[in-house]
Amino acid sequence: MTTDVLNDHDSHEGEHHDDHKMTGIKRWLYTTNHKDIGSMYLWFSFIMFLVGGALAMVIRAELFQPGLQIVEPDFFNQLTTVHGLIMVFGAIMPAFVGFANWMLPMMIGAPDMALPRLNNWSFWILPFAFAILIGSFFMESGAPNFGWTFYAPLSTTYSNGSTAFFVFAVHIMGISSIMGAINIVVTIMNMRAPGMTYMKMPLFVWTFFITAYLLIAVMPILAGVVTMLLTDTYFGTSFFDAAGGGDPVLFQHIFWFFGHPEVYIMILPAFGIVSTIIPAFSRKKLFGYSSMVYATSSIAFLSFIVWAHHMFTTGMPLFGELFFMYCTMLIAVPTGVKVFNWMATMWRGSMTFETPMLFSIAFVILFTIGGFSGLMLALTPVDFQYHDTYFVVAHFHYVLVTGSLFSIFAGAYYWLPKWTGHMYDETLGKVHFWCSLISVNLLFFPMHFLGLAGMPRRIPDYALQFADFNKWVSIGGFAFGLSQLIFLAVVIKCIRGGEKASAKPWEGAEGLEWTVASPAPYHTFTTPPKID
Amino acid sequence: MTTKKYETYYVPAQSHWPIVGAVALFMIAFGAGNYVSDLAKGESGLGGYLLLAGIALVIYMMFGWFKNVIDESMSGKYSPQLDASFRQGMTWFIFSEVMFFAAFFGALFYVRMFSVPWLDGAGNNVMTGEVLWPDFTATWPLIKTPDGTVTQGMGWYGLPLINTILLMTSSITAHFAHIALEQDRRPQLKAWLGVTILLGVAFLGFQVLEYSHGYSEEMKLYLTSGIYGNTFYMLTGFHGMHVTLGTVMLIVMFLRILKGHFSPKSHFAFQAASWYWHFVDVVWVMLFVFVYIL
Repeated sequence: MTTDVLNDHDSHEGEHHDDHKMTGIKRWLYTTNHKDIGSMYLWFSFIMFLVGGALAMVIRAELFQPGLQIVEPDFFNQLTTVHGLIMVFGAIMPAFVGFANWMLPMMIGAPDMALPRLNNWSFWILPFAFAILIGSFFMESGAPNFGWTFYAPLSTTYSNGSTAFFVFAVHIMGISSIMGAINIVVTIMNMRAPGMTYMKMPLFVWTFFITAYLLIAVMPILAGVVTMLLTDTYFGTSFFDAAGGGDPVLFQHIFWFFGHPEVYIMILPAFGIVSTIIPAFSRKKLFGYSSMVYATSSIAFLSFIVWAHHMFTTGMPLFGELFFMYCTMLIAVPTGVKVFNWMATMWRGSMTFETPMLFSIAFVILFTIGGFSGLMLALTPVDFQYHDTYFVVAHFHYVLVTGSLFSIFAGAYYWLPKWTGHMYDETLGKVHFWCSLISVNLLFFPMHFLGLAGMPRRIPDYALQFADFNKWVSIGGFAFGLSQLIFLAVVIKCIRGGEKASAKPWEGAEGLEWTVASPAPYHTFTTPPKID
Repeated sequence: MTTKKYETYYVPAQSHWPIVGAVALFMIAFGAGNYVSDLAKGESGLGGYLLLAGIALVIYMMFGWFKNVIDESMSGKYSPQLDASFRQGMTWFIFSEVMFFAAFFGALFYVRMFSVPWLDGAGNNVMTGEVLWPDFTATWPLIKTPDGTVTQGMGWYGLPLINTILLMTSSITAHFAHIALEQDRRPQLKAWLGVTILLGVAFLGFQVLEYSHGYSEEMKLYLTSGIYGNTFYMLTGFHGMHVTLGTVMLIVMFLRILKGHFSPKSHFAFQAASWYWHFVDVVWVMLFVFVYIL
């Protein structure tokens, strides 16, 4: 794709925008600018990442050795619950929305997101939702203690009284996600520069497009299931109570009908980021672009018909077990297409290993490990052994931490020069990478063995034979947590100064975002570029 | 594609309405959380007032925000491309609403197909029925729950049938109003839209009547009457809330038409309200079939 930018984008400021950039706090509260909102999403997500990480540190400290040391079992449950909720809804998802806000309009040659005021609203309701969720730690009832999956009846009959706040906080998160996703879909459908057909869009744009569809489809399901939870807990309905004709397993069905697409919502954008970075540092075009698009769509479609693989041990009819097992295994096909395409992109490429590339390569390898353990979990008979053990914890942390989170780091390093106008400190970035890589494997790899040996998840105490592995896991956890402070240092240092970044600091990078100056001007593509 | 006008996409200035809306949502969520929690503990706190204040603030925000948008639209700042953004945005919003109802329909289908028969020992669940509630018989409507709550099923004949006719007619009159607007026949527009609103209000009135009938001593159909009452009231209740919202939208459109707003070419708000109205109508047809008749 060759691009030919017709206009000098900076000179048109104010002409088509009622733009009087306010200063101070008002700029951020009232903003309609996609770059401002993107930055806020990214900062919010990073703060949430540190908060959720801090909770994880307490969890790992408690699990450092057998017996109860630091926290009470009930508080331990609150920690695991809120850690999961914060990381899923507060760290990973907003980070991706931040990337979408920053990059999508620039990548498709649009002046902004399609619905800028709605965009602001989508962001600003999030901090309030998390204020309620985190605030519940300080309430009489305590924070939610029923796991981030909030299975009934743990969250209904046996709730500690935090269900109402939890439900309303989730409602707000859902509204935020739906509005954000509508904005992404409409921006991509309606705001592409002339000549940018769907199959010319960068793969990054494609993955966010498909992710946004998933969000619009399943976040309302989440809203529905928490509403049933609310009425079951407080208004005497019995959706999840067999005594009234309902079924606790119904909860799991509805939740995972949301929950499984949700896990792809957290990984598809990661595919998009990695598919942008690997070609750039291999100095080759992405291998099999159209097969990547079809693979992403297939994964999205399959995500709707595999939900009950989370429920193999609930006593489903045999047909259900088989159907969901085979459908789940089918996902390995499009995912394999992607992994092979990334490898083929690197094959005989002129590769260099800057920090974004290091994180991307680590992503490909470690995400694949998470994918393989997922394949193991997909097999109904063996899942009976793995279910609710640390093997599951190891699996989803490999796909979410070394998968989604590593892609977020990769993307942040890759676009930091564009965002700030400065190059980040490459040495410090590499230190961050190697510290993270080593510690994260020390943290999560032994969890596989713990799980296979039978250690259940979500417990504050464990049998003596698990002690050695848990010690190493905890050490890895602390090291991984501390390593992230390096990232904070890199980002702050990069914002404050450093080597000036050119408009296109990466030799092999492609895309419209590199045709504008670094840092990107406040308004870009006020008039669209022409794409041949 | 290339013929579209790209030069004038309107990126609005900074606006304080979103943050007002965010604060309002926080007040609603935190207020409702407190209110419900207090309710469960049998206490009374300030949650209810916070909730009401939040709702008031949301209404104020909507007035201000929409006024802002209408002023911009009337002063000709909007391009056809922006209009397309609004239309697509509304379409996807309605799709998300469809998925919200899908969760409740899914629950309804699941209990009818699986969990209620299983409680009576269907499939490989013979012992479930035998051990848990040996006297339980699976029926639908579930007029006697496993723990013995007794109720009655709501028939489809009578009020629900009348309501179906009312709402389906209103969908047609809404469409007539839309055609009248496109052909710039304002009197017909007002008349058809007025009829649509009246039909909507009549529907809501009959639904209140139906609920009071359900809550009467003879029917004993309560929200708490087991899974039949749950799905009945949650589905029709959420639908009723959507009809209420749709009616309010239509009333706002009516007032704007009286003020001379909208032209045959430019009437996104009217179209959005009309789409929304058709959506609640389709949901009702689904309800009528799956909640009342079958």
